[in-house]
Amino acid sequence: MRWNRITTATAVSAAVALSLVACGGPKASSGGSGGGADATKAAYDAASGKIFNPSDKKGGTLRMAITEKWDSTDPGDTYYGLSWNLARNYVRPLMVFKSAPGAEGGKVVPDLAEAAGVPTDDAKTWTYKIRKGVKFEDGTEVTSKDVKYAVARSLDKNTLTQGPTYFNDFLLDVPKNYSVFKDPSMSQIAKAIETPDPNTIVFHLNKSFAGFDYFAQLPSTAPVPQAKDTGTKYQLHPISTGPYKFESNDPNKGFTLVRNDQYDPSTDPESGRKALPDKITVAYNVNGADIDNRLQAGDLDVDIAGTGVLAETQAKILANPDLKAHADNVLSTRLNFTVFNTQVKPLDNLDCRKAVLYAADHEGYQRAYGGPVGGDIATNLMPPSVAGAQKFDDYGFEQDKNGNVDKAKQSLEACGMPKGFSMNIAYRADRPKEKAVAESLQQSLSRVGIKLTPKPYPTGDYTKLYAGKPDYAKANGLGMIVYSWGADWPDGFGFLSQIVDSRVIRPAGGNTNLGVRIPEVDQLVDKALSTTDETARNQVWVDVDKKVMEQAAVLPGIWAKGLLYRPDTLANVFSNDGQNMYDYAGIGLAQK
Amino acid sequence: MFAYLVRRVIGAVILLFIVTAVTFSIFFLVPKLGGATADDLASRYVGKSAGVEQIHNTAVKLGFTDPLYKQYGRFVKGLVVGADYDYGAGIERCPAPCFGYSFLTQQPVWPDLVSRIPVTASLAGGAAFIWLITGVGTGVISALRRGSVLDRSLMSVALAGVSLPIFFTGLLSLSIFSYGLGWTQQGGVNPLDETNPFWWAYDLLLPWVTLAFLYAAAYARLTRAGMLETLNEDYVRTARAKGLTERTVVIKHGLRSALTPILTIFGLDLGLLMGGAILTETTFSLPGIGQYAIIALRANDLPKVLGVTLVAAFFIVLANLVVDLLYAVVDPRVRIS
Repeated sequence: MRWNRITTATAVSAAVALSLVACGGPKASSGGSGGGADATKAAYDAASGKIFNPSDKKGGTLRMAITEKWDSTDPGDTYYGLSWNLARNYVRPLMVFKSAPGAEGGKVVPDLAEAAGVPTDDAKTWTYKIRKGVKFEDGTEVTSKDVKYAVARSLDKNTLTQGPTYFNDFLLDVPKNYSVFKDPSMSQIAKAIETPDPNTIVFHLNKSFAGFDYFAQLPSTAPVPQAKDTGTKYQLHPISTGPYKFESNDPNKGFTLVRNDQYDPSTDPESGRKALPDKITVAYNVNGADIDNRLQAGDLDVDIAGTGVLAETQAKILANPDLKAHADNVLSTRLNFTVFNTQVKPLDNLDCRKAVLYAADHEGYQRAYGGPVGGDIATNLMPPSVAGAQKFDDYGFEQDKNGNVDKAKQSLEACGMPKGFSMNIAYRADRPKEKAVAESLQQSLSRVGIKLTPKPYPTGDYTKLYAGKPDYAKANGLGMIVYSWGADWPDGFGFLSQIVDSRVIRPAGGNTNLGVRIPEVDQLVDKALSTTDETARNQVWVDVDKKVMEQAAVLPGIWAKGLLYRPDTLANVFSNDGQNMYDYAGIGLAQK
Repeated sequence: MFAYLVRRVIGAVILLFIVTAVTFSIFFLVPKLGGATADDLASRYVGKSAGVEQIHNTAVKLGFTDPLYKQYGRFVKGLVVGADYDYGAGIERCPAPCFGYSFLTQQPVWPDLVSRIPVTASLAGGAAFIWLITGVGTGVISALRRGSVLDRSLMSVALAGVSLPIFFTGLLSLSIFSYGLGWTQQGGVNPLDETNPFWWAYDLLLPWVTLAFLYAAAYARLTRAGMLETLNEDYVRTARAKGLTERTVVIKHGLRSALTPILTIFGLDLGLLMGGAILTETTFSLPGIGQYAIIALRANDLPKVLGVTLVAAFFIVLANLVVDLLYAVVDPRVRIS
């Protein structure tokens, strides 16, 4: 009797506790957005490429969080897409991705520059005019020399180690190991960058590059006052030219941005920046589950990573209509794919590679990433959000979603391997989705006798020491390499150049091109770089895409999507092709 | 007493150096045994498009191309007399104890660590207070009501506390009290100097209780066992026979004797926690030393790893020393000599 009472009491207590957990959900009510009279009703994908809850109302504190640390708040030393997205709030580069929804947000427009760059000398020289009246947060007017200094300091990769190397690779006659701290007069890069007057800057390149406006949108072109540069410490307080400035910054904990009273919106007619919140706070190293739960509870406004909620949260959101109405399945400029290492036999044979393309289960590949929510089946390399991208399906992936065994076998006959072959497939050990891809391919390719042995490697050293190190990959028979690539910016060069140009492959490792070696592709890349007409240039990149697929150099998996959660606290929220997440220069807070 | 203290301090210093030497060796020797070169190590600390030359220059700058004993010597020198750091725009003096600069953020490690100690101390101190009161109190009650329903219930709860991992109880409590009911803060911490003490304590209540639940359980069982043993001693029977109140018998005679092992464990636990309650800080997103350790390990950032290791070792050594000194207070049979 006593035992039954105890058991019952325990069971009731447990049931109460579990029901409280199940009842936990978003505090904010569904449907209503809390905005003005023109507020949009919350619905699935309401902010995907369009504005949800449009607003011009200023005020409030935008609370953002991320599970890891920032790479750097120094505009000359940052490479994360989310950082470039947010940096538009505190710096103004020469050009900028427009803060606008959808495809409009994939356009690069003048920011600090009055107009797009003017190319001369076969696109080896680019000239920009700097707008007058733009000031640093201390009231000093920005001149072309500040932009020159900003680019010059970003060339010092021994001091500022994290940022991209585009300027190092393309500017004319930049000395090896250049450091502006050892060359304060910048005389050693006089040939690379000229400032004939305080409002003109001229870049000289070592080869033609028709897409230089995309370089000009890099945060490293945002002006830096030389007298206030503190090297590696500059990240603690970058001097602002944007609508916000740093109030506090701890590289291990987070930072706070407040309004910059020296920012004049009249000098910023084209960027689309709204600067709606009064304050922006970013917290680092917040537990991922904590972020997802706080978003749903309305105690956090944005998961700044912008790649989507955790898998378990995704399942919960998709199963709950109210939560789903607050979700946006945003397409990113990211391809999840598998590269064929042509240095590993028999994948040096075109027909053997084609056999893999035909035999692969594309739906299985998609399922590994969470199904349609995780992304669309990719039929070629460039995602649709890349400027000028064209979709084509040479191998019938959409028709044969689970593969075509007959065609695969025919290809195996053609390559002299009718019974199939054995191959190692590399993937990143701490990425369950990549493991699932390897297992899916292992299963689907076994139908035609291709035996895959999955080989996991640590993520941190994947491209540096293992799959991305040519000697290691060849010696260990890594013929197939599961990978994922997101464009630095959504054009052909930004997406394709680092993954298909064989000349970027370095013997020492650290490669992003893990096995594509096609001379015709290299020639097409050169042609694209020198084609100044944008439409013609985009078509050349499509030709690159077609050539890579024609040579069956990669197995495209999915064009990735992320499921973002949109709390009711947000207003004017939208995703676009430029950021592939919510646009942090346009976002605001719902005002009551 | 003084001589004893001096011996203990010297021993602690030697121990701390051994700990750093072992950590240094693990960081550098293990990859080397795996065939990694200095450049391979340096490639972790550069951007994704870094070239061969940049990687090598980074390896030189971070000292990876020097022999291990030189690198360790540089570290020890920094601890003792400080070091200079080239931050690009100038040279900065890093005063002793200089724990070096983060390979990734290129910011000094010591100020970071120091800023995180109050968070960990708040978490550890508050939780320790709760688990001591509840754990010891529960153990005493259980011992006095041995065999009763109350005793069995309390020990069952204690078993649950010891068995359930902190990331489970932490996430469950967050789900119920933070995300669900909205009664408590959802992760993070408000520093004591930025908020009033009541709200500071209120916001830490959930991590305190969650962490204390784990430890209180063990202390309850330990106290119960110790009390049961001492309450059966002859001197306790004598104390009762002499007419002392039950309260005096239990607390002054029974509990005091049972406290010695509890004190030992408490010192170890508190010292360990001060080195970073990794799981609790990660679950509740508290920016303490434990979270710092995770950041350092994930990034393979040796200066941070060394810093956390040293701080953790220091607190454990300090806690053990304090416990040893307290023995003399608690147990009159013990004299420091």
